[in-house]
Amino acid sequence: MLSTRHVIDIEDLSTDDIRLILDTAESFKEVNERRIKKLPTLRGRTVVNLFLEPSTRTRTSFELAAKRLSADGINFTASASATVKGESLADTAATLSAMACDLVIIRHKYAGAPRILAEKMDAHIVNGGDGMHQHPTQALLDLFSMRERFGTLEGLKVGIVGDIAHSRVAGSLIPALRMMGAEPIIIGPPTLMPASPEVHGARVTSSIDEVLPELDVAYMLRIQMERAEGMPFPSLREYSRLFGMNKRRLDAMPPKSIVMHPGPMNRGVEISAEVADSDRSLVLDQVNAGVAVRMAVMYLLLGGESSGVAS
Amino acid sequence: MNYRTKATVMDGDAINRAVTRIAHEILEANRGAGNIALVGVVTRGAALAEMLAEKIAHIEGKPVPVGTLDISFYRDDLATRLNPEVHRSDIPFDVEGRDLILVDDVLYTGRTIRSAMDAIMDYGRPCSVQLAVLVDRGHRELPIRADYVGKNVPSARRERVKVYFAPMDGRDSVEILELEDQEGAN
Repeated sequence: MLSTRHVIDIEDLSTDDIRLILDTAESFKEVNERRIKKLPTLRGRTVVNLFLEPSTRTRTSFELAAKRLSADGINFTASASATVKGESLADTAATLSAMACDLVIIRHKYAGAPRILAEKMDAHIVNGGDGMHQHPTQALLDLFSMRERFGTLEGLKVGIVGDIAHSRVAGSLIPALRMMGAEPIIIGPPTLMPASPEVHGARVTSSIDEVLPELDVAYMLRIQMERAEGMPFPSLREYSRLFGMNKRRLDAMPPKSIVMHPGPMNRGVEISAEVADSDRSLVLDQVNAGVAVRMAVMYLLLGGESSGVAS
Repeated sequence: MNYRTKATVMDGDAINRAVTRIAHEILEANRGAGNIALVGVVTRGAALAEMLAEKIAHIEGKPVPVGTLDISFYRDDLATRLNPEVHRSDIPFDVEGRDLILVDDVLYTGRTIRSAMDAIMDYGRPCSVQLAVLVDRGHRELPIRADYVGKNVPSARRERVKVYFAPMDGRDSVEILELEDQEGAN
């Protein structure tokens, strides 16, 4: 059981909750490796993926997680939903409530959308990414991957590189690392830093080369090429030269250190293809962990309630 | 609710003899160790499975595959009793076509074994599933029975029957426990 009904901000969880999620995810990882990847645990529960912003990997990850727990998963995607017809979020919430859904995972363009759902629905709400605010399950799977590689999170030095100001991934990962005793260091050009970076409680630097020798993890954030207002730096090549992860920078890091990326990667921009495919890259482990961690979150949120008929 | 030990029905030696006998019974019924594999239900069933595997290997002169099974996700009482302590299952052999021997410490209502059978079927199709338990305490709620039993221990529903193993509990024994304030009641 978790100490919270919803997982909207990573701070909704206590450190005990996080530890429980990571431990439970280990069991689910084993299930994902055997022939029949199915458990009867959430049989008869209804899980809705309300993805009002594009996503393939996160949505598929949640979908697989629900199916592997025998829950009934429903997908609402932006273009195929009534929001195109102008239906408000509140009305969508009411409709889903009327269908007695147990858990809703929402990804939305605007921060705060998950809170609105939580206020209007009885269902458990999981934030699949709201605007530039938070993406808690991403942080959890990142913690899982780090813990799996290093055995512990305590004292790990994790450099987070890139568009911190606009990253919901960083919005969850930085507090998550601090909660678990790790040390986040935020790295990027001043134009990509939030106005007051010190509120993150982390060391800030605009020189990646200065901190590389002390990092256990280099976490590369995606440069969002699809942003309408243009790039806040002269060119992609300049960004890549100053902040991109490449072989030279990998070699400057301690021998047991690793590189991570939430995906999808812009090969050649924030991370070189060579590094992305090297054995120091945890990218595929992160994806693997994603399903197990999301199964753990669903199980811990939904497991302790009456589901009517016992299996 | 505090429990205290009312009686010790097996000590370390008695357990050891029972396990030896069960090992021989398994080999007799399955005509040797050629196709068998042991699967212990965590946690104490797994410890018992290891003990049985050692005895069988000693008798037959060759090792027998052993796995552990965590049935937390297959329980029928998740609605009322979410058990946060989950362990990993580990079945390092192919279940297909094997004579599987499920091993658990105490057989009571039978629901754990029902869950264990559901779980093992998700790993493949065994040729047969047999059940070895150290203690059968009666009070079955499902049509489940053990093929190999260490000791039958009749018990009252309000009592608990616990098996303790030295590596995890500091002693080898089978004990009947009752609630602390049941002083005069029988």
